[in-house]
Amino acid sequence: MARRTIVRKNRYFDSVFLMRVARRIAAQPGIRDASALQATEANRKVLIGMGYGDDGRDAEFSASGPNDLVLALEGEKAAVEAVAADPDSWLSQGSVASAGPEPMAREPRSVREAIAGRPDCSVAVISVPGEHAVREARAALREGLHVFLFSSNVSVDDELALKAEARDRGLIVMGPDCGTAFLGGAGVGFANAVRRGPIGIVGSSGTGMQEFSCLVHQAGSGISNGIGTGSRDLADAIGGISTMTGIDALEADPATKVISLLCKPPGKGVTARLVERLRRCAKPIVLCPLGAEPDSFQGVDRPAGLPGSGVGGEVRTASTIDEAVGLALAAVSAEEAVPPREDASLQDIASARIGDMRPAQRYIRGLFAGGTLCYQSQAIFRSAGLVVHSNAPLQGMLGLPDPLESSGSCFVDMGAEIFVKGRPHPMIDASLRMHRLVQEGNDPAVALILLDFILGAISSRDPVGDLLGAIRSAQEAARRRGGHLCVVASVCGTDEDAQGLQAQKRALAEAGVLVFPSNAKAAGFCREVMLALPDRQEVG
Amino acid sequence: MLVRLEELLKGKPVFVNVGVREFGESLREAGYEVVFVDWSPPAGGDTRLASLLDDLL
Repeated sequence: MARRTIVRKNRYFDSVFLMRVARRIAAQPGIRDASALQATEANRKVLIGMGYGDDGRDAEFSASGPNDLVLALEGEKAAVEAVAADPDSWLSQGSVASAGPEPMAREPRSVREAIAGRPDCSVAVISVPGEHAVREARAALREGLHVFLFSSNVSVDDELALKAEARDRGLIVMGPDCGTAFLGGAGVGFANAVRRGPIGIVGSSGTGMQEFSCLVHQAGSGISNGIGTGSRDLADAIGGISTMTGIDALEADPATKVISLLCKPPGKGVTARLVERLRRCAKPIVLCPLGAEPDSFQGVDRPAGLPGSGVGGEVRTASTIDEAVGLALAAVSAEEAVPPREDASLQDIASARIGDMRPAQRYIRGLFAGGTLCYQSQAIFRSAGLVVHSNAPLQGMLGLPDPLESSGSCFVDMGAEIFVKGRPHPMIDASLRMHRLVQEGNDPAVALILLDFILGAISSRDPVGDLLGAIRSAQEAARRRGGHLCVVASVCGTDEDAQGLQAQKRALAEAGVLVFPSNAKAAGFCREVMLALPDRQEVG
Repeated sequence: MLVRLEELLKGKPVFVNVGVREFGESLREAGYEVVFVDWSPPAGGDTRLASLLDDLL
């Protein structure tokens, strides 16, 4: 078995491209493992931990830096040497710009150069590593562009400075850490294929906007526009700058008949300003502050018929995304929202599953690709007095000291910084979640696994397929111990998405997974199972 | 050319993609015009040096 690194000086590729390069190489006969990474300090540490670098004697690797690319290969000597003989051929496949309507002879090297060639550009989509994001976002604002900032790891001070500058220039910064937006019909970032319609969104959460828009689509309606704000926008330190800009824009947008605001609990100072803004909005508002205390928006509900009302002119609050969808649909159809029905047969299913478990099985482990879905699941558990650990704990929940290690019952946001530094988001690269799932399956105390699958343009081509092997392995491990592992999931997507909603759901159902139409319903079912488990210990 | 957000939402935006290529590719596949910036870390990845250069230019 041979192991070696190959360094290409001054070659930069994004992490998604490099993940695909590594997968192609790893699929070669004789190759056991392949990594393709920029040689950042963090990535070099990972590779050294995997045994590369020859204990500091690999001089080229030791001298590499973030602007250099490292291929790290392990396998049969001949196979490793075959890749090493011509590494550039692996880096060119698929890296060539796809032909557009008017391909440019040479791609611009900066935002300024891009604008010089195409002055009609209006939005910059920025996803460079966090430490470079502020520089690129500022450059874009100074060229008069709105900014969709996917990058995370931007300081609060920098975020405030960027957003204040954007506001002064009549622009918006969506982000940092912005996953999704719908702008003039374009689904930006992790967006699903949903039809256009009368429902507008302002959202501080990407997966929240995805879940909401997919449920709206499945109900036969559609999305006018969606403004992402970044997860911290409603913190007092930022003051809701992008949220306010988004509400102003949707209020003025003739295609938007109702505005849905999906957010985490705002800071105290911002809450007062937000309530004041929502109360004077000319359009009906659906407010979904996931995880907020019930009385934190006291006084915001505004009945229809007051001065300033547009279509309905009311503000209504929802505690789950499903409920928000129901209220938004009702606002545009002038019909009353139908409260979600409790399906009595679910209790029978829960009882049957519990009956197959061993007494030692008492914990739930939620492994989420979508941060908001992790958050919503906690809120649903909290509503029944259940407490879990989390690396992104809701008020009243417990922290998870080491996000890499489960403890008692826990919900893990696998899109958190610690999991994505130097590697693609779990919606694209399932490998960390796959390993974690196998790990959970080996724990005899686990009774339930809760998963989310997010479809869409940039997501993995087969999110369910990526995890099926790990799901089966976890189920099998429980069976070998004489128990039963109950795996519960929801799939966020539409049949217009390339992965196909029905096909993904079917694959899960065939593997014995209980599939629910939304994360709220899946988490609601898990809550009932946990409540019904004898001698349950949700925290442990 | 500054387009106000309200106007942007009514029209068909033109995008500049800086970073992960898939973000721009998915927009292009959906029929939107995208200019790709061939991005690499400025000043060899040294953010302090890059910021000094920005101040000079």
